[in-house]
Amino acid sequence: MKKTVTALLTAAATLLCGAAFAQETVKIGVINAYSGQFADPGAQLDAGITLYMQQHGDTVAGKKIEIIRKDVGGIAPDVAKRLAEELIVRDKVDILAGALLTPNALAMGDVSAEAEKFMVVMNATTPVIITKSPYMIRTSATASQINGNFGTWIANQGVKQVYTMVTDYGPGIGSGTAFEEAFKAAGGEIVGQDRTPVVNPDFSPFVQRVAEADPEALYVWVPGGTQPPALAKALAERGITPENTKIYGQGELTDDAALEALGETALGIITAYHYNVHRDDAMNDEFVEAYRAANDGRDPDIYSIGAYDGMAAIYKALEATGGDASGEALINAAKGMTWDSPRGPIGIDAETGDVVQTIWIREVQMVDGKPANVIIDQVENAK
Amino acid sequence: MSTLIAVLFDGFSYGMLLFLLSVGLSVTLGLMNFTNLAHGAFAMLGGYVTYALVESAGWPFLATLPLAFLATALIAAVFEAVLFRRIYKSGELNQVLLTIGVVFASYAVAAFFFGTVHHSVDLPDYLKGFVEIGDLKLPAYRIFLVIVALAVTAGLILFLEFTRFGAMVRAAVDNDKVAGGLGLNINAIFALTFALGSGLAGLGGALAIDILFIDPNFGFHILVPVLIVVSIGGLGSIWGSFLAAAALGIFDVAGKFLFPDFGPFLIYLFMVVILFFRPNGFFARR
Repeated sequence: MKKTVTALLTAAATLLCGAAFAQETVKIGVINAYSGQFADPGAQLDAGITLYMQQHGDTVAGKKIEIIRKDVGGIAPDVAKRLAEELIVRDKVDILAGALLTPNALAMGDVSAEAEKFMVVMNATTPVIITKSPYMIRTSATASQINGNFGTWIANQGVKQVYTMVTDYGPGIGSGTAFEEAFKAAGGEIVGQDRTPVVNPDFSPFVQRVAEADPEALYVWVPGGTQPPALAKALAERGITPENTKIYGQGELTDDAALEALGETALGIITAYHYNVHRDDAMNDEFVEAYRAANDGRDPDIYSIGAYDGMAAIYKALEATGGDASGEALINAAKGMTWDSPRGPIGIDAETGDVVQTIWIREVQMVDGKPANVIIDQVENAK
Repeated sequence: MSTLIAVLFDGFSYGMLLFLLSVGLSVTLGLMNFTNLAHGAFAMLGGYVTYALVESAGWPFLATLPLAFLATALIAAVFEAVLFRRIYKSGELNQVLLTIGVVFASYAVAAFFFGTVHHSVDLPDYLKGFVEIGDLKLPAYRIFLVIVALAVTAGLILFLEFTRFGAMVRAAVDNDKVAGGLGLNINAIFALTFALGSGLAGLGGALAIDILFIDPNFGFHILVPVLIVVSIGGLGSIWGSFLAAAALGIFDVAGKFLFPDFGPFLIYLFMVVILFFRPNGFFARR
């Protein structure tokens, strides 16, 4: 009899401990591109997650944070959906995160809504993604946030006419439309619109059209990589420089690699972006230094900062709920939250769950003999 | 008027770049009947040779160009002797599979040594910016590109049509058994021809950096336009490749200038129309 009681007690204790132990872990399922064409931005995103956990430990509100990484391999919404379902059903994750690419983010959003799981979009910038799940927040930026505010800013500088040239696919058209609408609403006029092919090594015909139209200002949107320097070079070679035509674009246009390729021809180009690696700020300096130390000297970029702040949002929301990782509790805690990030002040919109932040307006100027993006203005609390 | 000339010049110079990149393939495909999809990988090799010499060793850009040609030719000769020679007679499918495999491998090797990001080189000042002729602004680098392409064309035609080695190449291609029986060393001739064609690709790749930039995808990137040039120009015809590349460049740039909405499709339409009326291209050798 006594033996039986002891055995029962032991069993009960074990079960209790087991249950309590399970409660101690919060699992985050990260769906990201670890291979294929987008492996490079995927690696930068992952490094942001890793660095945040390195700096802030893996325990929040008494819970241990466990990351489960899944490789989606590229633009593959069906794979992203399957991975999200597997993560929730089999791995029992509490939170979905990552979402490097828009189509994958949309697919993950459906799963998040259905399973009522908190989801953090760490990169994809298409505005509509956020409406896919009531349990979703975003910590990167939206195409309209950057370019819409930029359009208003440019109109406020007294610029009346702009010629726009954007890449002919979702992100380019979305950014261009947001820019045009904001610019027109602020009293500006669009004097020409061109769409360049996604795969287009030679910009000369499009630049020649701009040269012919001779507009007051030119707004361009091209994806990062080889296109920004190619476009800026094509402009400079045909005599379109900020001296005679103002040139505006999103931050990728003058990222470090592009500036290196462009040299002095980039001087005077004005861009809008939500993160500046070289912004002089104690928190940012510390972040950049730690990031370089952890990644063979490589600089963080928008992917890294999106993931870094995504983890910050998860940690802060968990602290607020005291460790309750249900979708309902986390989204209520996350909405309306604000904090300081290496990129500047950041917050989550209380209504939409989308990111609210400062958009930096930068001009390429000579700094210590090298062209650099110098902040000349900022749009605070940009939505 | 000046805009029209500027557009035509942009098109022509872009065509000249395509010509430099594809003429080597026209030679190997047309003269040796070897389907070499790895041509773009050799172009990339030349590009990286120039990039490495300019950025790491501090060489002037112009001095690296002969080396881009020679290094690519040499490495191509090794590939020819070790790999490609074995499949000259084994059918097009095998050739396509092996050479496309080489392109994939070249991606991995380039990414390992130079990273996945794109690179460009610092040009000397006289090749930067534009040259002003009246109210016409022409990019300095593209003028240089046109001059190099014209020189290569002239040199190649003279070499293949009027030298003893050129005659040996043509003899070996027309009937390798008879040529061999007459005492020509067929293997050596093919190896040299292949090296020459690939070396030209390397030169093209080095010259392309300033316009297309260099990254590990380069070998895939240029494959389509290069194949279009070769098929429109006619296999083995240098003159045909020249005309096809010039026409393609002008058609592409002018098309995008005049009809920006359809621009990217126009070169394919152009190709379809040409091949419909001349299935073997402008000047087919065989």
